[in-house]
Amino acid sequence: MSDLKKEWPLWEVFIRGQHGMSHRHVGSLHAADEEMAILNARDVYTRRNEGVSIWVVEAKNITASSPDQKGPLYEPSNSKVYRHPTFFDIPVDVGAM
Amino acid sequence: MIPDQKDDALFQYLLRLGDNTLVLGHRVSEWCGVAPALEEDIALANTALDLIGQTQMWLGFAAEVEGKDRNADELAFRRDVWDFRNLLLVEQTNGDFGKTIMRQFLFDAFNVLNLRALSKSSDKRIAEIAAKSVKEVEYHLERSRETVIALGDGTEESNKRMQAALDRLWPFAGEMFVIDDVDTAMFDSGIGPDLAVLRKDWDAIAIPVFNAAMLTKPDSDFAHQGGKSGNRHTEHLGHMLATMQFLPRAYPNARW
Repeated sequence: MSDLKKEWPLWEVFIRGQHGMSHRHVGSLHAADEEMAILNARDVYTRRNEGVSIWVVEAKNITASSPDQKGPLYEPSNSKVYRHPTFFDIPVDVGAM
Repeated sequence: MIPDQKDDALFQYLLRLGDNTLVLGHRVSEWCGVAPALEEDIALANTALDLIGQTQMWLGFAAEVEGKDRNADELAFRRDVWDFRNLLLVEQTNGDFGKTIMRQFLFDAFNVLNLRALSKSSDKRIAEIAAKSVKEVEYHLERSRETVIALGDGTEESNKRMQAALDRLWPFAGEMFVIDDVDTAMFDSGIGPDLAVLRKDWDAIAIPVFNAAMLTKPDSDFAHQGGKSGNRHTEHLGHMLATMQFLPRAYPNARW
């Protein structure tokens, strides 16, 4: 029994709150496989009617950016305000965008 | 059948439905805080709450049919063992997690089929309660079925435990399909299903799961009886009620 892993793998859970919205990361949980991960996500994260769709992905399959790289990755865009579409006058007739 | 007898059969029938969900709901709630994983703890608590919710509907209707000015709480907390009409299966102790899940699967498969049939009952109120409950119970079955397969077809240890659970609980499965006067009266009036048909459908759900779970169905079809008739419960129910009923009996009408 020495090859038995004590813990189930970790899964990240994404839930779509309503049709037309995108899935949002809501948290993580442990489960033995993907089917049980979906069922566990249903019980842990949709008890209060939060969702219409669940995605689960095993945490080890997510590639994340490294915090060490935040300088090169993000700081260059700090000083480039012209990338924001805030320099246009929007006609009143257009209404809320 | 004269009206009084018919009402009594209906009352007994509703007690069976409500006592099954009450007793199993309480049993499952005993895992709250001590389940083997956080996720299972929450899932089992959800299942228990679903079952207790269904109990309120069944016993609430039972109390109205009885017409003796009792309510669902009084039926749940002020009756003693011999007045309970639940299946022997659901009062069996939790044992290890495998036994709990096996008990759940055996009952869920029955409960889904029973509720599907009852959602077409000639009694409108029963049909409504069943239609509302069946969605919850379909999920219970999906979960318990997957877990039975995962554990049965898991490690040597988990397979051994699931087989032990099946062997232990199998003699309690048959009572679900035993047909007595109450069942016959309900079937004749279009209220309840034909349990012989239900048995075939139950086998069609259960046996493929046992196979997928690498479990051997016991040969014997011996079935313990006495739960749904109330004639003879196992010794476990009294202990469970002592815990479940302590508070409302020690502090009648306590509120929070």
